[in-house]
Amino acid sequence: MTSTHRITQGQFSFLPDLTDAQITAQIRYALAQGWAVNVEYTDDPHPRNTYWEMYGLPLFDLRDPAGILAEINACRQTFPEHYVRVTAFDATRGWETPRMSFIVNRPKEEPRFALVRQEAQGRVLRYTTRERS
Amino acid sequence: MSAASLQESTAGSLESIEDLLETLEAELIGLAPVKTRIREIAALLQIDQLRRQHQLSSAAPTLHMSFTGNPGTGKTTVALRMGEILKRLGYLRSGHLVAVTRDDLVGQYIGHTAPKTREVIRKAMGGVLFVDEAYYLYKPENERDYGTESIEILLQAMENHRDDLVVILAGYGDRMAQFFRSNPGMRSRIGHHIDFPDYSAPELLAIAKLMLAQQNYRLDRAGEEAFAEYIALRMKQEHFANARSIRNALDRARLRQASRLVALRGATLTREALMTIEAADIRGSRLFRTESRESRPEGADQ
Repeated sequence: MTSTHRITQGQFSFLPDLTDAQITAQIRYALAQGWAVNVEYTDDPHPRNTYWEMYGLPLFDLRDPAGILAEINACRQTFPEHYVRVTAFDATRGWETPRMSFIVNRPKEEPRFALVRQEAQGRVLRYTTRERS
Repeated sequence: MSAASLQESTAGSLESIEDLLETLEAELIGLAPVKTRIREIAALLQIDQLRRQHQLSSAAPTLHMSFTGNPGTGKTTVALRMGEILKRLGYLRSGHLVAVTRDDLVGQYIGHTAPKTREVIRKAMGGVLFVDEAYYLYKPENERDYGTESIEILLQAMENHRDDLVVILAGYGDRMAQFFRSNPGMRSRIGHHIDFPDYSAPELLAIAKLMLAQQNYRLDRAGEEAFAEYIALRMKQEHFANARSIRNALDRARLRQASRLVALRGATLTREALMTIEAADIRGSRLFRTESRESRPEGADQ
């Protein structure tokens, strides 16, 4: 990895940070599909940490992305050194799951993760992802 | 870009705006000051669009409005249209209307109001937030009332989300005037104070005909005369609520028409008969009865 180390998870995480206009466009798509958009944050971006803290309540019944962008900006202001992501939840029967998820805020210094290998019985290898300073 | 091509590029949108204003003219009867203001706003937004194409930048105009007028003068109807109009003019993105009253904005306990108001504002973004009977938000007799908090948040949103949101406050004239007197910040942030005048008798008759046409009814000639008389009588009554009274009167006339037709028993009812409201259906009204008992000359029964 180069010095500009970035956590990659969710959509668009290999791309440069999305601009507000790009985020708005993504949210507009989610709203057009009838998905409920949420803003979530965490200071622990470990890949196994699935459940992030929710910022405020889920934003149901919105028609326009401006309200969500305002919420995202409020969250970024409150937690400038946290990860913030936007998820879009699809409540349709059969899906009932987040359909979109992308990071919209990162801390200046991102943690790095290393793979720790543990030899177990026989030739079994156990892997752990551990934060590395 | 040359002037000629400019005209071409906006011709399409201009046409649709003309259409829009024409349907407005046809479907909203009377309300001259309201229509004038809508035309002015439409012109301003069109010119703004052209100016932008010439890189003449100017701040987007604030279009927060206050609608004042007596009951039944069409405030809610116009607000509903306003979303669609402003969307066509390219000012709003989705143009939906979120109609709220005090209950939807003000919470029940400390700390409940702010999230509630913000949620309503978020829902209205991209469209119109219509606050009906806005003066209930401010209750000067109770200084611990949460309405004031809601007003403050509303003001903040009206300032910060000027491009995302149009707030329309509506209510009866005198009480709105009092509301604005006690909330000068609200008054100064609203650019358009539109007063809805009462309808005249011919306008009310035209409204009645339009309402009936929308429900596939019509008045025959005698019925029309009777209804004109009815309007003149009704306007003198207490609690006259303009178009709302007319709508209620028509609903009652439909009831009477239905029972008259049912009483005909056996006769085959033509399409014509089912659609027509006759003089008898209107003269069955209570108004005519008291009138005939007191002052109407004999012979004018029914």
